[in-house]
Amino acid sequence: MEYRLSSVVRLLRMRIQISHLTNYRYDAPAASVIHMLRLTPRNHDGQYVTRWRIDVSADCRLNQHEDAFGNITHAFTADEVETRDTQGIVRGVVERFPPNFYLRETALTTPDANIAGFAAAGHDAVSLDVLNFLHVMLARLHARVTHHSGGPTTMTAAEAFARRRGDCADFAHIFIAAARSLSIPARYVAGYVRRDDGTAEQGNGHAWAEAFVPELGWVAFDAANGVCATDAHVRVAVGLDSLGAAPLRGTRYGGTGEQVSAKVRVEQAAHQVQG
Amino acid sequence: MYGRAVVIAFDEMKGSDGSLRPAYGELFRWLSDVPPDVLDYRRREAEVLFRRIGITFAVYGEADAQERLIPFDVLPRILASTEWDVLRAGLEQRVKAINHYIRDVYTRREILKAGVVPEELVFQNRVFRPEMNGQKVPHDIYVHIAGIDIVRVDPENFYVLEDNARTPSGVSYMLENREIMLRLFPELFARHRVAPVENYPDELLATLKSVAPETASADPTVVLLTPGVYNSAYYEHSFLADKLGVELVEGRDLFVKDDLVFMRTTQGPKRVDVIYRRIDDDFLDPLAFRPDSVLGVPGLMSVYQAGNVTLANAVGTGVADDKAVYSYMPAIVKFYLGEEPILKNVPTWRCRESEHLAYVLDHLDELVVKEVHGSGGYGMLIGPAADKATIAGFRVKLKSNPKNFVAQPTLALSTCPTCVDEGVAPRHVDLRPFVLTGRDRVRIVPGGLTRVALKKGSLVVNSSQGGGTKDTWVLDR
Repeated sequence: MEYRLSSVVRLLRMRIQISHLTNYRYDAPAASVIHMLRLTPRNHDGQYVTRWRIDVSADCRLNQHEDAFGNITHAFTADEVETRDTQGIVRGVVERFPPNFYLRETALTTPDANIAGFAAAGHDAVSLDVLNFLHVMLARLHARVTHHSGGPTTMTAAEAFARRRGDCADFAHIFIAAARSLSIPARYVAGYVRRDDGTAEQGNGHAWAEAFVPELGWVAFDAANGVCATDAHVRVAVGLDSLGAAPLRGTRYGGTGEQVSAKVRVEQAAHQVQG
Repeated sequence: MYGRAVVIAFDEMKGSDGSLRPAYGELFRWLSDVPPDVLDYRRREAEVLFRRIGITFAVYGEADAQERLIPFDVLPRILASTEWDVLRAGLEQRVKAINHYIRDVYTRREILKAGVVPEELVFQNRVFRPEMNGQKVPHDIYVHIAGIDIVRVDPENFYVLEDNARTPSGVSYMLENREIMLRLFPELFARHRVAPVENYPDELLATLKSVAPETASADPTVVLLTPGVYNSAYYEHSFLADKLGVELVEGRDLFVKDDLVFMRTTQGPKRVDVIYRRIDDDFLDPLAFRPDSVLGVPGLMSVYQAGNVTLANAVGTGVADDKAVYSYMPAIVKFYLGEEPILKNVPTWRCRESEHLAYVLDHLDELVVKEVHGSGGYGMLIGPAADKATIAGFRVKLKSNPKNFVAQPTLALSTCPTCVDEGVAPRHVDLRPFVLTGRDRVRIVPGGLTRVALKKGSLVVNSSQGGGTKDTWVLDR
């Protein structure tokens, strides 16, 4: 069974094409499977979805819902998106909760003493405003933890921080845990990124964090890459942590030997829009 | 254990001044006539009966004692009909307000905008379920089954000690206690007009059917969803399913297809309309909540969101029953209903607020300090009964995480005559009535589950801490 996502996201300045193929193979076929997909981006000030399609190779009904965060879900995907660099500032998105909701700890983002200490150390050093502080933390975290696109296992922020290496989700979790430990609301963003080195083929989607800065609003920090989100980032779903924004959650009845493989291709579309 | 604090409690039989209260007249006369050995014999007979029925419970955290019998006291607790009238009106009012509150918190958030309840208490509460935000539930009812813990300290006033709006348990004891009493003490029933409780399963089924989704058939299918045999309340789940005449199912017996829930039966899949679930939110649906849960039904939340199944109670009702929200209940009742609360609230210090915390730290030896999300009497400090080392230890815990605690004055809970080894003596009691809210009306069977602290002077009635139960009689006029 395959999901194929094809899309064009038109961002006013950059046009990004994403293709995300997830393949499930079974040794013995499953009697039935049920999956929840969070693979559909919404429009906001920095991004405009021009084309988006989800194809499932199995015979099924694809029901579209919205989850509590306003993410579009399909209970059961190549596409094109246009993006514009907003210097990481996120505007015009669906907001269902006040910022302080995103102060809540979750199992994956509970700060341990090390993370709290790390956050507080940056806070004490210089008296910075929130935005500057977050930028400093972004750089410090990027320097301290090694980026390693890794295995499928989910670690907590504390575990990844102790190991000093992690994938994009781990970076996001640590950033969120550190921000929340200083009462700065922060949340998890799942999406895609067009890589600067021009590599289009990627093993998986991308993830980063957003933190709430008074008077500015939500600002996106991609700690794995040590930058604020740019027009190379396509935002798909938000949540308190990776579980809440997971692109795909599913289970099956019967069947054996499930193998999941994903292929993601993110590239700049050949024809750039004028303007 | 409670020796140092001299509490003169109100006794429900003899009042505060030793004069016999009318509701207990017949029981008192019967007690003075009955020979002690007869009473003792009936006590032992009751225990044999309970063992035979097999009604047991498990205490978490005790490896050796997997299954225990909750001690049963053969002397009934008696409420006059006038007392019950007040209680019933108060319970109905309280549960109505709780339902309004939960709906509001997940939709318009008027009470937060009005500043009656602080936002932080809702949005940073881990039992606030973002998944329920903006979610419509069938007939706007969230808490179909509520267990409200009531105590009294004098003849007039009933206090709510705790609201249970998630999956309150204990109703099987209420039913069993009555059954055993009818068998053992027919002559006592002959002297009283006791309001029946045996109709509780019918009332519950009527309530559950009344809240089926609009898309359900005229005779909706109800099931009881249990986490399984290892759950401490499994006995109650199987007992209730049996009395209700509905299927007792585990997560694996249900499945989701095309935005509907089905039950596997020998005649093929059957659509399920109402799920009386005795599983916590966290475990309900691995696709929405804890991904490692094997107890729930994958995809259940998407059916719920589509409005094709009723969950009783609704998801996220915990936002109304933790002990920090409790302290706002009088304001919540006034906000939605514009009425004065009939049942009182125990004054509560919220340790999240610094002045409150300072007071609590200064008065630890006279207060009861509880965890906001605690239950079963665990993690609680009873100041007057604790020694210095315990208080000092608790002080550290409290200071490190004040948000997690509330404190209340130590109440002198009322006492009722109770059969103990020394004979008949007063023991402290509470009461958990069960309030059923359906589309058509609110149903409350008269009485509820009376819990009694069997240790002399003890104020902890929880079964996990050495409490027992009593049959509760409401006298008909």
